[in-house]
Amino acid sequence: MLAILLLEPFSDHYTGGPRLMTKSTMTLRRWFILGIVAVTAPLGDTLLSFGMEEVGPVSIHHLATLFHAFRIPEVLIGIALLIAFFGSYLASLSWADLTFVLPATSIGNVIVALLARFWKHEHISPMRWVGIVLITAAVGFIARGPSYTEMPKPHDAVEAQAQ
Amino acid sequence: MTIHYPHDPGAEAAMIAAIVVSATVGDVLIASAMRTIGDLDHIKAERGLGGAILAVLVNLRFLFGVIFLTISFFSLLYALSRANLSLIAPASASLTFVTNAVAAKFFLHENVDRRRWIAAALVCAGVAFMTA
Repeated sequence: MLAILLLEPFSDHYTGGPRLMTKSTMTLRRWFILGIVAVTAPLGDTLLSFGMEEVGPVSIHHLATLFHAFRIPEVLIGIALLIAFFGSYLASLSWADLTFVLPATSIGNVIVALLARFWKHEHISPMRWVGIVLITAAVGFIARGPSYTEMPKPHDAVEAQAQ
Repeated sequence: MTIHYPHDPGAEAAMIAAIVVSATVGDVLIASAMRTIGDLDHIKAERGLGGAILAVLVNLRFLFGVIFLTISFFSLLYALSRANLSLIAPASASLTFVTNAVAAKFFLHENVDRRRWIAAALVCAGVAFMTA
């Protein structure tokens, strides 16, 4: 049963035959959803980190202490943001490739770094500026390309083999 | 206070590998599930938000994907308790970009062209620089 689940999943994506075509499926609304993916993940992580600092170290023998975290606003907002991230991430994977979504949404790391610099006045080292430039270049690069690999339907593959 | 952990390259490599492999398997299974389910915008228009959520939650690939992402998360927590954040975080985050690109090409049959390889490499390097 498990072997079937692990081996079978990918067989219906591609049955051979016609060359795979990439196309752009992006609309303004879908870019907005990718923006939500990009921003909510790092912001949610940051808020959780702030909130958990208030809780302090949690011993494995006193896991009930974790429930105190639910009384901290930062933790609750962080969890809400991470739920929003997962929902929009799933939606984006239904109309864009994984290799498009991951680089395109990495701009979130840059947004958080810039917020830290200009909002919290944190120091950003030259190494981090280099990282920001590289990620921004990658996002600009991927955003100009197609977003979705169109898979041939099984009957298309049969027709292609017949020809 | 900075905590210095004993340096054990073999154990560190094993922990990073566990995080990267489980995260990649999780991402690929979830991406595969979402492709099978179809465009969520269309499903939501036809069956409403509840129908779209149900379509995702009853998909076995999605559930396996979530299990692997959970394994990856706890592997990360374990690794952070045994090794330095400055090594584990950049290594696992940037390597996952590359392994995802390779896995997407061979398992999801995505058309990973030169543009996407370059973008994955740039993000990989960028994440390493930002978190180093």
